[in-house]
Order: sequence, then C-alpha cells, then structure tokens
Amino acid sequence: MTTTSPRRGRIVGAALAVALLPALAACGGSEPAADAASGAASDTVTLITHDSWAVSEDVLAAFERESGLTVKQVPMGDAGTLANQVVLTKDSPLGDVVFGIDNTFASRVVDAGALEPYTPAGLDASAQPYVLGDGALTPIDRGDVCLNTDVAWFEEHDLPEPTTLEDVAKPEYKDLLVALNPASSSPGMAFLLATIGAFGDDGYDGTGWTGYWAALRANGVKVSDSWEDGYYSEFSGAGEGGTRPIVVSYSSSPAYTVSEDGSATTTHALLGTCFRQVEYAGVLRGAANPAGAQRLVDFLVSQPFQADIPGQMYVYPADASVELPAEWTQFAPLADEPFEVPAADIAANRDSWIEKWTATVIG
Amino acid sequence: MTGRRPLRVAPPAVGWAVAAALPLAFLGVFFAWPVAALVARGFVAEAGGLDLTGLRDVLGAPRTWRLLGTTLAQAAAGSAGSVVLGLPVTYLLYRTRFPGRTLLRGLVTVPFVLPTVVVGVAFRALFRPDGLLGFAHLDETFAGVVLALVFFNVSVVVRTVGGLWERLDPRAEQAARALGASPARAFRTVTLPALAPAIASAAAVVFLFCATAFGVVLVLGGAGYGTIETEIYRRTTQFLDLRTAAVLSILQLVVVSAALWAAGRARARREHALHLEHEDVAAHRWSVRSLPDVAAAVATALVVGGLMVTPLAGLVVRSLRHGDGSWTLDNYLALGTTGGRNALVVTVWQALATSLRTALVATAIAVVVGGLVALVVSRRPRGSGARRAVGALDAVVMLPLGVSAVTVGFGFLITLDRPLGLDVDLRTSGLLVPIAQAVVAIPLVVRTVLPVLRAIDPRLREAAAVLGAAPGRVLRDVDLPIALRSLGLAIGFAFAVSLGEFGATAFLARPDSATLPVVIFRLIGRPGAQNYGMALAASVVLAALTAAVMMLAERLRGDRAAGAVGGEF
Repeated sequence: MTTTSPRRGRIVGAALAVALLPALAACGGSEPAADAASGAASDTVTLITHDSWAVSEDVLAAFERESGLTVKQVPMGDAGTLANQVVLTKDSPLGDVVFGIDNTFASRVVDAGALEPYTPAGLDASAQPYVLGDGALTPIDRGDVCLNTDVAWFEEHDLPEPTTLEDVAKPEYKDLLVALNPASSSPGMAFLLATIGAFGDDGYDGTGWTGYWAALRANGVKVSDSWEDGYYSEFSGAGEGGTRPIVVSYSSSPAYTVSEDGSATTTHALLGTCFRQVEYAGVLRGAANPAGAQRLVDFLVSQPFQADIPGQMYVYPADASVELPAEWTQFAPLADEPFEVPAADIAANRDSWIEKWTATVIG
Repeated sequence: MTGRRPLRVAPPAVGWAVAAALPLAFLGVFFAWPVAALVARGFVAEAGGLDLTGLRDVLGAPRTWRLLGTTLAQAAAGSAGSVVLGLPVTYLLYRTRFPGRTLLRGLVTVPFVLPTVVVGVAFRALFRPDGLLGFAHLDETFAGVVLALVFFNVSVVVRTVGGLWERLDPRAEQAARALGASPARAFRTVTLPALAPAIASAAAVVFLFCATAFGVVLVLGGAGYGTIETEIYRRTTQFLDLRTAAVLSILQLVVVSAALWAAGRARARREHALHLEHEDVAAHRWSVRSLPDVAAAVATALVVGGLMVTPLAGLVVRSLRHGDGSWTLDNYLALGTTGGRNALVVTVWQALATSLRTALVATAIAVVVGGLVALVVSRRPRGSGARRAVGALDAVVMLPLGVSAVTVGFGFLITLDRPLGLDVDLRTSGLLVPIAQAVVAIPLVVRTVLPVLRAIDPRLREAAAVLGAAPGRVLRDVDLPIALRSLGLAIGFAFAVSLGEFGATAFLARPDSATLPVVIFRLIGRPGAQNYGMALAASVVLAALTAAVMMLAERLRGDRAAGAVGGEF
C-alpha cells in the first residue's frame, strides 16, 4: 500500500495515479473497442439489457462471424431500471440496441422519443400484432404472469384447485393467496394488470377491479414486496416452509418444479388468471452504429436466437412458429387467452392504479 | 501542521492542500456532481425553467412526514441497538486474548456483507410461526426490521471502536481501580470518555446505514412499511417521478447532515490525545476470575450466538440439503455450473473472481482516498478557516452513506458520458462499479483510521519536528506506525463493503460479468429448489470469503510498528 508513503511527493503521486485510474484503464485497452457513444468503429455494436439477459455462446458467435460485428453486452439493472435508464439518457444513448423493455414500461420509452423506429424484415407474422410505437419496439419474447398452486396441498386438504380470478376471492380459499406489491415487483404489477384487464372499472358485479381487490383483502390475501419473498417465504409449493398454496408467479414456474424422473410437476399455473408480458428490443435514437444496431435486431428475431430463448431466459419466443422444448409444452404452456391492457393505458394510469391498489389493499 | 518552523510552512501547506483536494475532486466527480445533477432535474419544469411546486406538494403530504418518522425511528433504534450490543463484543475481541479470537473477529463481520435478499429470507424463516422466533410475532413489524438492521451493523461498531480500544493504555483504568473505583465506575469515568469519539463515529455510520437501508426493509417490513429510502426507490424506478424523488432526496440529505452534525459535535467535545499502546500490550489474557471478562463473554455469546449464528446457521443448513430435506453437497457442486436450466450466464466461481477483481480496485481507491482524508482531517490547523475546512471535509466524506443508491446510480447516467473530456463513456465501461463501491467504502475507511490518528499526541509530532524531522519524516515515524494497524482493518472493511455491495452495483453496467451478489440475486429470482439451494450455497461462499478476508486484514500489521507509543514527557 502506498497510502502513507514517507515522502509527500510520493503520496501525491500515488493519489494522482489512483485519480487517473479510470482514464488509464480506459486507455489500457481492456475492452476490444471503444464505446458506442464516442463514434466507435462500426464493427462493434453495444447491446444494453436487463440482468436476466442470456444467450448461448455458440449462437452469438455464429452471428458475430456472419456479420463481422462484435457484440458488447451490457446488463444494467432490472426491467424497470433499464427502461428508466433509456429514458434518462435519450440525449446521449448508452448503446446501440436495448433489449428487455416490457409492455408495462414500453410506452414510457416510446413517448420519450428514445428509440428509432425499425421493424426487421424477418419478423414472423405471429409476432407482428405485438409491435409497438410504430415499429419503435420489436417483440422478442413472451411470458405469462399467472397464479400458481401447490398441487399436494390441495390434494391433502381435499379441496379442488381454484381456476379463475373470481375463485380465489371465495370463502373456501380464505387465507390461501400470496399476492405481490405492484409498487415494488414487476410480476406484482403484471398480476394487477391481469385483474384490471379482467374486471375493468365495472366488472366483478359492477365494483370493478378495486372491488375485486377489496374482496381479496377481506378474504385474507397476503402481500409480499418481491417475488422472491412471496414464492420462497410464503408459498407452500416452494418447499421452504411457506404455508399458503396459491401465489402470483409465472406460467413457466411449474417447469422448475418437475420431479426427478420428469413425469410430473408439483405446482400448477392457473392459465385463466394470466397477464401476457412481452419483452422488446429497439434501436436507440442517436446510436453510434445504426447499421450494426439494425443487424443486431434482425438477429434477435431470427430463428437461431428465437429457438435459444427458452433454454436461456426461460420465456417463450415471440415467434410462435419456433419449436419449444418438450417439457415446456407438457408442464409450462402459455395461456390461450391472457388478459390484456393496452400499453398506452398502462403508461397513462400506472401511477394512479398503483395508488388506488395501495389504498384498497394496504389501507 | 504544527507551524513550529516558519521556514517549512509553505511547502507542507501546499502538500496538505493537495492531499485535501484529491479526495474532494474524487467525491465531487463521482458523488456530488451526479447527485446534484439528478436532483436538479426534479426542479426543472416540462417547458424548462425552475419548478418548485414539487417542494410544496411533497412537503405538504402527511405521508412524507410519516415516512420521515419511520426513517428516523428505525435509524435511531438500529444504531442504539448496534452500539449497546456491540460494545461488550468489542471488549472481548479487542481487550482480551483467547484462543480462536481471530476466527471470531472474522465471523463477526460476515453479516455486514451478506446480500440483503438472503438475510431477509433467513430472518423470515426465523420469524415464521414455526420458526425459532415465531413466538415473538416479529414478522412485518418495526422490531423485526430493527433486529435485522442490528444484525448487519453490529460489526461496524465492533470494528470502528475496536481499532481504538485495542490500543488504549490500560494504566489509566488500572489507576482508577487502584484508587478504589469499581470496575463499572472505572469504565464509565475513564474508558468510556476515551472511546466516545469512536463510539460517536460508529453510531453515525450505523445511523446512516439504517436510515438508507433498502433490501431488508422491503423484505421484512411488509407492504405497508415505508421509509424515505424505499419511497425514493419507488418514485424513481416505478414512475420515474424525479420531481418527488428530488424533494425526498433533499429531505434525506437534511436528515443525514443533521445526524452527522450531531455526531461531529459529540466527537469534537471528546476528542483528545490518548495514550496509545501497541495492541498486544494493551490486551490481557482472558480470565475467568475477571468479572468484566466473564460478563463480556456471556454478552458476546448471546449476541453472536443469538443474533448472528442463528440466522446464518439456518442458511448453512439449508445450503447442505436437497429440497426434500436430505443432506447433500450438490448445492456446492452446482456452483461450478450455470444452475438449474441455465439460470446463470456465468458460474458462481467466475462471479467470485469478478467480485474479487472489482473489490481489489475498489479497495485501492477507497484506501488511498480515505487515507488521505483521514490524514488531513486528523490535523488541527491553527487558522479558524483551515479548521473549518477540515471539519467540512470530515462531514462531507460521510454523505455518500446517507444518499440513496438509486439517486447516485441514475445521477451517474446523466453526468458521466465522457466526463472531464475523457474519451470514454464511463457509464457502460464497467469501471463505475468499483468506483461506486469505493464511494461507499471511503467513509468507513476514514472512520476506522481517523480515531487512531486523532488520538496521537500532537506533542509527539512537535517533538519530532523540533528535533529536525521534515514533515514527511514525522508522518513516517510518528503517524504511520500507529495508523498502519487500523489501516489493515480499513482495508478489510473496504474489501468487505465491495464484496457485499448490491444496491449501486445492480444499477450499473457490468459488461464483463456479474458480481457474486448479483448472481445470488439472479438465482433466488428463479423458482426451483436447486436454484434456491445454490443461492444459499453461494451466499455461504460469500460469507466464508468475507470472513477470510477480514482475518487476513487482522494480520496486516506494520512490522515496524513501535512497541509503546505515548506522549511521555
């Protein structure tokens, strides 16, 4: 350590060296190419993503060989954080392409003008309906947020499993449900949207979605602040000591609870209670390498990448024509008719919906 | 500077100015500027121009004051609890010698670096009706949150106070005892006043940690529980409502500054030169016949056993089991893989290597910058202006602990695109991760080293100067030997902070790969018994690594450290 070196001159020298460390490291060539924002050579394309981003090395390598591009992958935070970062930096983009904006945050990013519209020619017809913002956002993958049940618990208690949103508000399911706080959890927000899509302002006997949540509250719903906490600490199906057999989770969750021999799963997703989450990619406005950015989006909707999605990120490809792993079709199918709420409505009402929900459920 | 030798005043003054300017520049670029820029955005109207309506709206809302009340109560209770429980442990670990002491010192620090999400889960398991503490109904209560905060922060008290206490000359207390004072009275009238600066320092740090705690509050507080920090987080990440977040950030700064000011006052009144000893001279062999020794051992057993080992043991046990409860090492073997159905991009061992690399850089920055700050602040200049400047530096360096990671993280985004004319977009380079961690670690380095430096009798330096030693020589022969030992502690602390830091790290770009806490978070964010088991196994690895680093830091001692250093004239 040179912290307290005997000569003042050396102290200063050491401190200067540290102060300049970022600069030195930046010049040190620790990265193959300069960053996106400084007019980098056009053979590097920077992809900013959320933390759940993953791709098989060989699939990415094949793209890099074929295109002559080097993809710099930069994960930064969760989906909400990522969307906000894109909005905050719209005048000075963080990279060329963003992946991981979902439909609950999509309008915020589109309205901010942070994206350059581009729709890849290779986008499958099945994914076309999901396109948002006049082509600013291209759908890459899909997943459903649904109620999950603990199969064994219902067998033991000789109670039929619930199948609809209305069911879990009924007296026989009192004190059994774990929901997630939409103000702090993205699946929590998605499930709130499922109930808003299902009941609107005048469904559920004219009381609307707030009436439904009031009924859930009267029926003893437990609210956790994060998915981890709800699933592992409260849900009996996780096997970690939780006591409630119904939880807000994903339609793909049961594929994680398959028995050793692969014959059965210990949890079910209730496919009549789902909200469809779609994750998007977009070209950032002001990208240093716009041509490379478009090539990269082309790659994200191409067959090799779409087929790689389930095994890597555990969501469904947006391209419905891509073959799924066998155990997915068996244990974790997508909902046929998920509840939907238009992205523009979500952007306009997100704040007030969360506040209404908080007033209704937390009080 | 002592200013004894007028001819020497000018160059040292320049030296001190540079020594003060460097840390200020560092914190200015990597803390003050980003935070100020983000807060400023909250006061800009849609159409441009100043918009102060946010102030009126936020400060006029009863909810804001409720959140502030919770924040203050939580921080006060958390720091009081940490000090009360931490002092007996400090005594045992730093004033007595016994076999296994180093191991215990390492163990005590472990909670400090565990990912909050894992600790939250561990405490939830304790608080559940069928858990060990189920009878107390602590789940989703204020008391439960405070208990977890104390779990995290006891080690801060032990480290900060221990660094000074282990060198305190025992003779003053022995003299009081010889004159007939009871052990309690001797402690209260002699030892406690001597330790007061370090205790005030530790309490201030813990107060800030508790005031800005996030993960634990979210998991254990329940949906209705909120603090200023959680509100800033929600307003920023959910709604991108910078207007409200900016006002809350300012409120947070005011609270933090007030706490720092109070702690500074408490310190300043008590700080004076002490007789310092070489640590192994001051400690005595633990004895069953000594009442304080026995009492401290019992208290430590309760604190360490009840508060630390119980939740940690739960983690370790679960990490050694299958989902169905049978014993296994599979979770540890799986650390070399990418998890159940590829939950991870890198293996846990790769993430561990990333964590270590990042921590090395962060520690180097934190120790240099923090060391310089401690050195400058430890001096008592003659001029009142210079004295005020030193005091300001002392306070400013603490602020990063009291500002939301979200505010700093988002602030980085809007300021650090090719800052200072450098041709590098710092935001996506990955360099910000160690820098952000260093910003958090610097206050701890300062608080660990400073009490020791301040306790050096200035007459020693004056004597050295009178005898013709140049300022550099005084630093080398007087300050350095005494500071070295606490510097070892500071290095360990900075390293531990970096290893465990998640709040800011989660916001920043990581082009190379994820750190260990990020990987743990990703594992626990997936369903499946295997991923959960792996997350806990990875947490145990992180805990073990931290304990090892801290034990190594304990061993970092200056081999040239003088035996007894005291102002004997």
